[in-house]
Order: sequence, then C-alpha cells, then structure tokens
Amino acid sequence: MLSLFAAEGGEFSPPSIFEFYPEIVAFEGTPFAINRIMMIRLIVMVVLIVLFWLWTAKFNKAVKTGNVVPGRFQLLGEMALNFVRKTIAHDQLGEKDGERFLPLLTTIFFMVFGMNITGIIPFANIAGTSVIGIPLVLAAAAYVTFIYAGVKKHGVKFFKNSLFPSGVPAPFYILVTPIELLSTFILRPVTLALRLLMNMIAGHLLLVLCFSATQFFFFQAEGLMSLFGAGTLLFGFAFTLFEILVAVLQAYVFTLLTTVYIQLALADEH
Amino acid sequence: MDAVNIAELSGNIAVVGYGLAAIGPGIGVGLVVSKTIESIARQPELAGRLQVTMWLGIAFTEALALIGLATPFIFA
Repeated sequence: MLSLFAAEGGEFSPPSIFEFYPEIVAFEGTPFAINRIMMIRLIVMVVLIVLFWLWTAKFNKAVKTGNVVPGRFQLLGEMALNFVRKTIAHDQLGEKDGERFLPLLTTIFFMVFGMNITGIIPFANIAGTSVIGIPLVLAAAAYVTFIYAGVKKHGVKFFKNSLFPSGVPAPFYILVTPIELLSTFILRPVTLALRLLMNMIAGHLLLVLCFSATQFFFFQAEGLMSLFGAGTLLFGFAFTLFEILVAVLQAYVFTLLTTVYIQLALADEH
Repeated sequence: MDAVNIAELSGNIAVVGYGLAAIGPGIGVGLVVSKTIESIARQPELAGRLQVTMWLGIAFTEALALIGLATPFIFA
C-alpha cells in the first residue's frame, strides 16, 4: 500500500530493497518486534491452521457417517491434499517412503503456497516468503530431513556414497569429492532458500514497479506521457496473474526438490 | 558541450552484470523446455513424467539467475 504512493513529489522513485523492511508496528526494541510482513505471516499461519482443522473435521465426519459424496469444500481439500500425496510423494518416493515423509512434504507445500499467495492478495500485497526467514527455516527442515533419511537407511555409508560415488576411478576423487560436497551439502539448502526468496522478491518488485509507474503516469506526468499509464496498468494485471502461477509453481518446485533430495538419499548404490 | 561527454551514462555496472548473468540460465531454460516439448511430441504417453523432470531441470537452471540476483545484496 505504501509503495503505491512512493511517487509523491513529482519525481518517479523506483522500488528498492527497503520495500522489504516496513516499519515496526508492535513490540519495538524487543526480539519479538512485529512488522507488516511478520503480521501477514502470523495471519497466514492462523488461516492455514483453521483451514486444516475444518478439513480434517469434515473428513472425520464423512468417514463416521459413511457419506461418500464430498461437498465442494471437502472436495477442494481432498484434491489439494491428494495432489501432494499422489503426484509428489507417491510418484517420487513410492507408497511406503512417501507416507513416511508425507507430513513434512504437505507442510512445506501448503506453507510455501500460503505465504506466497499473500503477495497478490489486496491489502497484504507482500509475500510472507519475501524475507529470508521462512525460506531459511523450510530449507533447513528439508536439509535435516534428507540427511536423516540417508543416515537412517545407510548409516555412515550415506556420506561415503554421496561424497565418493562408485564407478569413478580413484584419482578422480580429488576432483569429484569437493564438487559433490559443495553441491550436495552446501548448495542444495542454499539454492532451496534462495530460489524461493528471490522469486518472491523479484515478483514483488515487478508489481510495485508496474503499479507505482501507473500512479506516476496518471497523476504526475503531463500531456501524452500519461497514456503510458494504461500500458503499465495492463502489465501490472498481467504480472499479478503471473505471480499466482509463480506462487503455485514455487510451492510445487520446493516440495518436489525436497522429495527428490530425500529420494536420492534413500536410493541404493548401484 | 564537451565532445567527450556526449555518450555519458550513469548508473550501476552491476545491472549490466546481472544482464550477463541472466543469459546463461535463459538459454538453459530454453533448452530444457524445447527438449521436453520434443520428447513429448515423440512419446506423448510419457508427458506426465517428462513434465516433472522438466520442472526439476528448470528449477536447477533458474537457480543460477537467482544467485545472480542475490549477489548484490550479499556483496554490497
């Protein structure tokens, strides 16, 4: 909302990284200081908890009464949960391991999606994932989980398998091992967090740029220049639609990558 | 006006740097998608699995451009 009026004073001011550090609204000076982004995160958390509580209540009721025809709300829940369960967990990990890691994968998917979608919800207008905190926590969860999965299945051999892949002539380990160490144990969590964060930052900056340019062209520019405003407004709407796609896609990609990392950790050495 | 100053530009060279950093991932994502389309055209029944692999490939390739986007904040 603030960003819409960023162009005050006759000169166009493009959005900057300070978009993501809004002023603190409560508990200033304590470690629990809350700004707008934090507030959005808390609201999303409450919404997700209530949504899942209602869904599970509906599912339980349907099981108890033996009612096999789902209502609209229940069907939406079944489709959403089955998407993670069938197309991500079962397809990549198989039924048995898929069920084991399903709670984590479902949490990651819905949390990422919920936090992303606030980027285009009016009056929220910023994604909860556009500051490093949430992507970092989720990437850490994924990191710990795939190492846990590997160690649980293969013991210490997991590290040997991933650092010294078989089928490579011994001298090449000088080259291969550092690369594997970097890519498996450092770049995987870093790219997981950065991919989500940077997608959300870039998306938000694009939207702010489009709409603040529209405001500038309509209310500050003179003469024919204000016609550009129609173009930027149109671009703003197009990018809003694109951001919906990105929100779903990033949730999907984050969950899928976590699944693939777990699958690679579980895979037997050939 | 001084003749030397005709083509004066102002701004940050990092912007050009990011433009360069985006070329590689751009070509990479293009290759991933074009090969997937080609494969689906050859074997339409594998479309579902190919799409999953395509998203994975895009995610890995795209990470390079996003690391490029992140570097100015880290090294600023």
